[in-house]
This record gives sequence, C-alpha cells and structure tokens, in this order.
Amino acid sequence: MVKLLPQINNLTIHNSAIKELTINNLTILNNVNPHNKSIEELKEIAAQVRRDIVRMVHAVNSGHPGGSLGCTDYFVSLYFRVMNYKPSPFNMDGEGEDLFFLSNGHISPVWYSVLARAGFFEVKELATFRKINSRLQGHPATEEGLEGIRVASGSLGQGLSVAVGAAQTKKLNKDNNLVYVLMGDGELGEGQVWEAAMYAAHNKVDNLIATVDRNYQQIDGGTEEVLSLGDLRAKFEAFGWHVLEADGNNFELLLPALEDAKRATGNGKPVMILMDTEMGFGVDFMMGSHKWHGVAPNDEQLEIALQQLAVQQASDY
Amino acid sequence: MKEFKYTEKKDTRSGFGAGLLELGRTNENVVALCADLTGSLKMDAFEKEFPERFFQVGIAEANMMGLAAGMTIGGKIPFTGTFANFSTGRVYDQIRQSIAYSGKNVKICASHAGLTLGEDGATHQILEDVGMMKMLPHMTVINPCDFNQTKAATIAIAEHEGPVYLRFGRPAVPNFTPADQKFEIGKAVMLNEGTDVTILATGHLVWKAIEAGHKLAEKGINAEIINIHTIKPLDDEAILASVGKTKCVVTAEEHQLNGGLGDSVAQLLGRNLPTPLEMIGVNDSFGESGTPDQLMEKYGLSTDNIVAAAERVISRK
Repeated sequence: MVKLLPQINNLTIHNSAIKELTINNLTILNNVNPHNKSIEELKEIAAQVRRDIVRMVHAVNSGHPGGSLGCTDYFVSLYFRVMNYKPSPFNMDGEGEDLFFLSNGHISPVWYSVLARAGFFEVKELATFRKINSRLQGHPATEEGLEGIRVASGSLGQGLSVAVGAAQTKKLNKDNNLVYVLMGDGELGEGQVWEAAMYAAHNKVDNLIATVDRNYQQIDGGTEEVLSLGDLRAKFEAFGWHVLEADGNNFELLLPALEDAKRATGNGKPVMILMDTEMGFGVDFMMGSHKWHGVAPNDEQLEIALQQLAVQQASDY
Repeated sequence: MKEFKYTEKKDTRSGFGAGLLELGRTNENVVALCADLTGSLKMDAFEKEFPERFFQVGIAEANMMGLAAGMTIGGKIPFTGTFANFSTGRVYDQIRQSIAYSGKNVKICASHAGLTLGEDGATHQILEDVGMMKMLPHMTVINPCDFNQTKAATIAIAEHEGPVYLRFGRPAVPNFTPADQKFEIGKAVMLNEGTDVTILATGHLVWKAIEAGHKLAEKGINAEIINIHTIKPLDDEAILASVGKTKCVVTAEEHQLNGGLGDSVAQLLGRNLPTPLEMIGVNDSFGESGTPDQLMEKYGLSTDNIVAAAERVISRK
C-alpha cells in the first residue's frame, strides 16, 4: 500500500491543528504537538527530510550534510511528536509552547527542512537555502523573520546560555512548557558551554532538556583526537545535571529516551541527553567520517544518496 | 557663558543603580543580571528588593550575555551589569550573534569605563568599547555625563525596543543635569549656545567641556557646548546646525580617538559639511595606573586640553 507523505505545508492541516487547540485548550498554556505522528510516519518524514538536506546542500554546493543527516531523527521526533508548539502564526515569545534552540547552527539544513514540513513556512522556500536574498541563511538567523528561529546561531557555544535564559523566563512567567537545545559534541570545546552548565545546575533550571549530538566527529577529525571530551556523563553529572543516554538514529529507542527526559524535568536539575548519532546517517558513503561535515555531494553522489533515501511517495520541493 | 550649578558630586554608576531600582518598581518585565560585581555596579538595591528578578551569574560574562538574550524570549527586559571591559571586549561575539544580530532587547550596562577607573590600570580601563559597540548593526550606544542623566538614561532605555549599550563610570563627577530632565535617546542636549566654536562632549568630558567654556569666555571666545549623550544614533541634525553656525568643532571623550565620538563626528562632517575638527581623546595608547585626575591630565583629556583644542581649531577656520 502506498502511503502518502503528509502534506504538512497544507493550510488545512494547520487550521485543524489550531482549531483543535482552541477547542481543547482554553488557555494558550497548553499547546500540544500539532502532528503527533506514529513511528512509521516519523520514518517516512525523516526520509523526506534527509532528501531535502542532500538536495539543499547539493544545489548550492555548500552547507553541512553530515551532522544534519545524523540529527534528522531527533528533529523529526521533536517537531512531529514530542514538542508542544504552534507553528503558525509563529510567536517569537513562545508563551505556552515548548521552545527549541539549535546551538550548532551549521546543521541548519535539517532544521529548515523540519520547520518547513512542520508548517512554519512553505516547503518551496527550502530552494532558497544559502542563496542571495534568502531567509534561509547558511546559519540560522532571525534578521528576516524566518518563522521558527528565535536566535541566531553558528558561532558555537552560545545556544545553551540562550536556552537557559529562556527557561528562566518561562519560570518567571509561570509557563510550564519546556526548553530544548541541541549542541554538537565538538562544540563542547567552547568554555561558555561549561559556564552555562554550571549556572543551570546552580540555579536548578529543571525545565530544560539539552542534548549533545555525540557523533564523535568534528572538522579536523575525531573528537577524542582533536580535544578529547572523555566521559561526558561523568562530566555533566559532576556539574549537577541529570544525564540520560539515547540512540539518536533509532525512533524505537529515541522516542522513549525523549519521554524519559521529559519525566526527568521538574526535579531540580537540568536534563542532559547524550545522544549517539552517526554523522551522515542514511547515506552510506557519508557515514562514519568527518569528511562530510561541511562538504556537498556532486551530481552523481546526489543521485546515489536519493536512491538510498527512498520514500514511498517523495514530495521533494 | 551659562552657569551650571550642582550641589554634589556623584558617580554615574550610582545613577544607573538608582534608575534600575526605579525600573524594578515600575516595570515588572525588567530583570537584572550581574557577573559578580553587584556592589561595584550599584545593583544591590535592586537585588534586595527584587531577588526573584535578579540573577547572579558569577564570573562568566559570556554566559551572562547568552542568558540575557534568552530571557528576552517571553518578554523580559534584561539589564546586564559588569565593568565596561567585560561588557564588550570579553563578550563581543556573544553580543554580536546572540544579541545584536538576533535583535534582542538586552540592555548592556557597563561601569568603570575609561581612564577614570584609575588605579586598576590598563587591563580594566577599556577605551575601545564605544567603537566596538557602535560598529554593531542595531546597537544603540549611550554615554551619559552625570548621576541624574545616567539615572534618566537607564529608565529611558527600558522603553526602547532593541539592544542598547549604556556606558558609565566610577568617579564622582558634578551632578548638574536637572533631575527632571527627560532623557531622549539620540537627542543631543544643548548646554550653552555660542558662535565661535562647537564643543561636542560625551560622558565625563561634558563637565570638562563646561569648565573649558568658562575659560574660553574669559578669553573672549563664545563656545557652543553640546552634550552628545547618544553616540549612536548620532544627532546629525543638531551637530550640523551648530557646526554650520560656528564653522569649527572640538570633540571630547574618554575613549580612543579611533572609533569614538570624534570618529563619528568626523564621518558626519566629512560627508556633509567638511569643517576644521580637533579631537580630544586617547591617541592609540593603553592607559595605566594612577588617580583619575592624573590620568586625564597625562593622556590629554583635561579642561586645558579642550581650551587649547578650541583655540587651535578656531585658528584653522
């Protein structure tokens, strides 16, 4: 049976999601996930997102496919199942919504694809990625009001601080929703990350779920060769965090881990997920190497990648 | 020459502290962050009265800037407090990406700017902060002259949507601005109308410009003295009107000549009204330990330096 990939950019779906919210929730403080997909559906969406990623970076012969492909299942899980939010109209303040921040902004392709397919902006806008006059900058930016982005990122090490600040504002506003942030593992070389880690634990910022994309790769090679990160669980536990581990490329394991992380919130500690992923996941020749961190596939490689990323019915932009 | 009366000398940082306390009472969205310098920044009264809205960050300024950016998401108006050096140079990239480029409503409040920090020496005497901050798109840069003006500026910037750099200092200086004078961002304050030379001063140099005006008057020179409390956006109209009348101008500031008020004025005049210009400021050098008065004398920022510059520029007309 051919299953249609949901046309998530379709306005009808938006409106029904909003209507449902209006009917079931009288206050804005209880948004739900507007998609709430099954695991089978998530897999289809993830394949489509991976197609978007390789096509986007191929089109401009630049961008970062490796980390984007590795984190696709995480993004799809958050936006199509786990996080409670309202994609449209986008609200910068995000009151009554879970918030997501991307600290390692170079994996913008996966975020843009997921935001578009989750209904923040039109899927066809993905074709403008990294081109002149685009809202889809090489690294995420707020300057042109791209829906779904709340802070610029790309210069590494800053996103955790921003997320902690946003989480503290949620507490001040008595908003019970959560704040999510993703960082790369190589990014942990930035001292500011550890400043924020210390601060979040000291101040019991327990409405925060941070995730480290533990793919063991950075631009110049393996993380343990460039600047060894060592035992990240022990490090974050010593900093006062509640630490979980997850397989980031398996929905059957990732979704329960994300639910565990949610349950761990509200207990006086910030929550950290050390998420194992494989850079380039889904495209065999991009996997297991830092080589595809910031390199785009050529025409031939794109075709091979798209063959490997088959969906039952592609809805390429 | 108009007389300016004052009853006491007060430090501008205390003006900030007083303004912040008043904001705490009048605007519940105002929050304050400090990096282990609460007493020096005079933020202790706010901390005591509004502990739930005060965030002690520790010696971690990069994190503080990220936290502040995040706290704006949800409607808070964060005021960060630390020395000017640690408010700018130390955290330039954090301000650039997470605050300025992201258009966040953060108020960066910076004390102990310039030479008048005194005995701590050049490591702490930042003289490049205005230049760094004014180069950032979206950033407003304010350097008030006395206690009352700093208090009024602190209150005014809370009403302004967007990032602001507010610079003030440590020493007690004559407090002559009327307590009820409304602070208008970007609107120069005419202190003394004159016809022979325009003196544009900012911060602690404003009072010295007034002293210079009296000395010039004794020599029969009628100086027009304008307080440029906002360096960006510059009050082009007021400056061009004055210089059009006097045909020569002196700028005076406690900052490097490169990147400061004089630099902005030179750009304005060069493009619109080429006019003889003399600049009082620090000429491409670091400061050193000493008393504030000794340092202002040694580095050419005294009242007599302004007088001499005025006579020099008049002779160039």
